[in-house]
Amino acid sequence: MKTVKVLGSGCRNCVTTAKLIEEKAAALGVAVQVEKVTDIAAIMGYGVMSTPGVVVDEKVVHAGGIPKPEAVEIWLKA
Amino acid sequence: MFEVFTLLADWAAYRLLGLTPATKLADAVHFFVEDTSKIFVLLAVIVFVMGLFRTLLSPEKVRGYIEGRSRGVGYGLAAVLGAVTPFCSCSSVPLFIGFLEAGIPVGVTMAFLITSPLVNEVAVVILASIMGWKLTAIYVATGMGIGIVGGVLIDRLRMERYVEDYVWKIRMGAVVRTETDTSLSGRIRYAWGEVTDIVGRIWLYVIVGIGIGAALHGYVPQELFAEYASADNPFAVPVAVLMGLPLYSNATGVIPVAEALLAKAVPIGTVIAFMMSVVAISPPEFIMLRKVLKVPMLAFFGSFLTIAFILVGYLLNTLFA
Repeated sequence: MKTVKVLGSGCRNCVTTAKLIEEKAAALGVAVQVEKVTDIAAIMGYGVMSTPGVVVDEKVVHAGGIPKPEAVEIWLKA
Repeated sequence: MFEVFTLLADWAAYRLLGLTPATKLADAVHFFVEDTSKIFVLLAVIVFVMGLFRTLLSPEKVRGYIEGRSRGVGYGLAAVLGAVTPFCSCSSVPLFIGFLEAGIPVGVTMAFLITSPLVNEVAVVILASIMGWKLTAIYVATGMGIGIVGGVLIDRLRMERYVEDYVWKIRMGAVVRTETDTSLSGRIRYAWGEVTDIVGRIWLYVIVGIGIGAALHGYVPQELFAEYASADNPFAVPVAVLMGLPLYSNATGVIPVAEALLAKAVPIGTVIAFMMSVVAISPPEFIMLRKVLKVPMLAFFGSFLTIAFILVGYLLNTLFA
């Protein structure tokens, strides 16, 4: 089971990102737990300044904008 | 080079819709078709080309460039980098905290945050194609100048007192560089992604801006502006700025409105003051910045920009009278 965290202040792009990851995971049949991190101190703790950012199993894989669907597939399959 | 858009608008308005030239509706339709086609084509081309070269700087890189510089260099550098770095205004808060955490002064950080929405490369090319290089140069210079002056004043007045206390306690993790694909196909995919991302984010502002521009162009008589918005009316500039405050659009979206106002002989200073007020100050931006700034600094920030835009308006109206 993968843990995916979407870092962001709750703006529209962050919601879209979380939804995209959930949809991709369902399509691929990968078990994930998607969590939205909105606490700014926690976000900065990951070294992310441009949101939304994506953390997969505690590793930052993306920052600044909605990720590309192909990239999401790669993270989920890894 | 840009005649093709005029020809397209001629064809759409007079041939396709069969409108009679020089009527109100024909003028408005012509303006709408010409600006929509021109702005979206330019927007896509510029963003794609910049995406290919990956010249788009990330806020993380900018932080690295400014970190450790002296204040004197910092303000100028922050204004220049603000002009060339695109960032979503929803990132203002983490960006603000990230800069401070790196030891960058509050004023230098604010110089970046003021300049960034005002000046960007997409708006510069579109502005130049519609209004010429001279006007564009004036717009860019004043936009960066306001950022620098604002930043210097914020530090001089020791505004760091008015940054929320928790901000100083945040410790940031090591900044991560996510891997990038530098092959040609990787670059093209990235650049195309940038185009869909940016166009997807701002198209509505641009269409609304062009719609307002077209309506002004076709239906509002020039005499109305001559009566209320000429350089003879000392209240025209402050009223234009105050009208722009609650409105929000990005720089690209407000250009067609400015174009229509200029065509109605509204003086240049008044138009630029209005543009800047729409782009730089908006209620959502204030609500966001309230998370990191206490009320006195927010009040200073808002009043400084309002006054600066009014002064710029008067100055340009005097210089170009």
